[in-house]
Amino acid sequence: MNYPENYRYTKEHEWVCVEGDVGTVGLTFHAQSELGDIVYVDMPAPGTAVKAGETLGSVESVKAVSDIYSPVSGEVVEVNEILKDAPEKLNADPHGEAWLVRIRLAGPGDLEDLMGAPEYLAYVGS
Amino acid sequence: MRYLPKSDAERREMLAVCGLGSLEDLYAHLPAETKLDRPLALPPGQSEYEILDYFKARAAENAAGYASFLGAGVYAHYRPVLCDVVASRGEFLTSYTPYQAEIAQGTLTTIFEFQTMICQLTGMEVANASMYDGSTAVPEAALMAMRITGRERVLVARSVHPEYREVLATSARNGRWQVATFGYDAASGSLDMADLESQLNRETACVIVQSPNFFGVVEQLKDAAALAHQVGALLIMVFTEAVSLGLLAPPREADIVAGELQSFAITPSYGGPFAGIIATREKYIRQIPGRLVGLTKDAAGNRAFCLTLSTREQHIRREKATSNICTNQALIALMATVFMSVYGKAGLRELAEQNLAKAHYLAGGVERRFDAPFFNEFVVPCRGRSPEAVNAALLEKKIIGGLPLGRFYPELANCLLLCATEMSKRADMDLVREALQA
Repeated sequence: MNYPENYRYTKEHEWVCVEGDVGTVGLTFHAQSELGDIVYVDMPAPGTAVKAGETLGSVESVKAVSDIYSPVSGEVVEVNEILKDAPEKLNADPHGEAWLVRIRLAGPGDLEDLMGAPEYLAYVGS
Repeated sequence: MRYLPKSDAERREMLAVCGLGSLEDLYAHLPAETKLDRPLALPPGQSEYEILDYFKARAAENAAGYASFLGAGVYAHYRPVLCDVVASRGEFLTSYTPYQAEIAQGTLTTIFEFQTMICQLTGMEVANASMYDGSTAVPEAALMAMRITGRERVLVARSVHPEYREVLATSARNGRWQVATFGYDAASGSLDMADLESQLNRETACVIVQSPNFFGVVEQLKDAAALAHQVGALLIMVFTEAVSLGLLAPPREADIVAGELQSFAITPSYGGPFAGIIATREKYIRQIPGRLVGLTKDAAGNRAFCLTLSTREQHIRREKATSNICTNQALIALMATVFMSVYGKAGLRELAEQNLAKAHYLAGGVERRFDAPFFNEFVVPCRGRSPEAVNAALLEKKIIGGLPLGRFYPELANCLLLCATEMSKRADMDLVREALQA
């Protein structure tokens, strides 16, 4: 699986890709493979203010429900609608089509604490 | 598993394994002041013969041979013999809750049937496996509405059962949410729509109404639903008299239905255990509290039942569960399931018609406090005598009268809430009518 070099990764297994002042947030390939078949994704409504490290939503697999933590602080501007009807896309393409939310960043600060792709791969031990 | 006390020999064996000499040694680490230094004050053991005598004497104290016109949330309906016959089978009675759910296919089948019947009865799309009772289903429905809307203000009608409202207030007491009430129309006894409209706003999560309401009045849910939906709030419909659903249109205008099934073959038993229900639209299924049984296929492709969407529940999701109820009222709900199967759709309608007809016979010739349509309960003002005095006079004729309403509604202190069911006999009803006309 390709872990894009321009993404930043969290210890809780989310990724964020920043373009301008908007960060697209997703779940890592490693996370979805640990969770198994994903059946439901619960996301906040656009307009919701979120803080880095706090709960953004949750993802439900046939095994468990896991919280998703926001990698950055800001305001949710868009939610990926395709996951409402096709949560299984999160298993198929977690780093691409199945992004979760877009967040308008409150500031540039958060990203420095996150990992690059090689660091994340070392962290998950693959 | 044997439910017998251990013998002395077994105790000695267990103590020996622990390296202890006596039972006292087992408690040696406990502070002295926490220990009781005398035997428990219990009467000595009795023979089987003495115990039977004791219980026969207590049973003789029951008010046998009395007719009852008391409703107000607990109703005197006939219980078909089949309900107890099925519910007391060991397969259901001793294994009343499925801890290893999928092994108990029989139990899961009955719960699935229960959910299906509740959906048919309420016009909703999903129902859970049951709640503790109607009163606790109400705050669960309110919490559900708050999760769905993201709002924390609940509006409840004063014509909802007062004790259900107390349970709601208890649940709200230590939460962040607020409960406000709106009134009833003084002439009709139905919802005060102007009061509802004036209190509704964009912070309202839900409007809770009961139909038939506490006064027996059948509410028009359509207008209340329209008002609630206008501000993005949900409508929760509560029922205490399940038999009414045999005749009244299913409450499809509601977003959540919460109710009590005591009328369906559940004995009054001093107020419980009963069984409650929560039903809703499919789009809210992930916010429904409690367990759900689903239909699936096993590895060999056979039809099978399973607990489904369990990831909402406490044993998996811990503090983030939709609710801290993660069980259901399986055995009691089974009685209601058998009841619904015995009556069927046509039978339930006929039962409801009998209730309606008898209550309207009882109400004939007496003054009613409210003029809106009613099902099997209604409010009568007592003239010249207190409601308690009317009840005392009736009791002498072996009739349990109605509920004096002053305890819950000071403005109705001279009123009685009366109920007639299919069990009410004409001669008794005539005596009640006489007592009220006197």
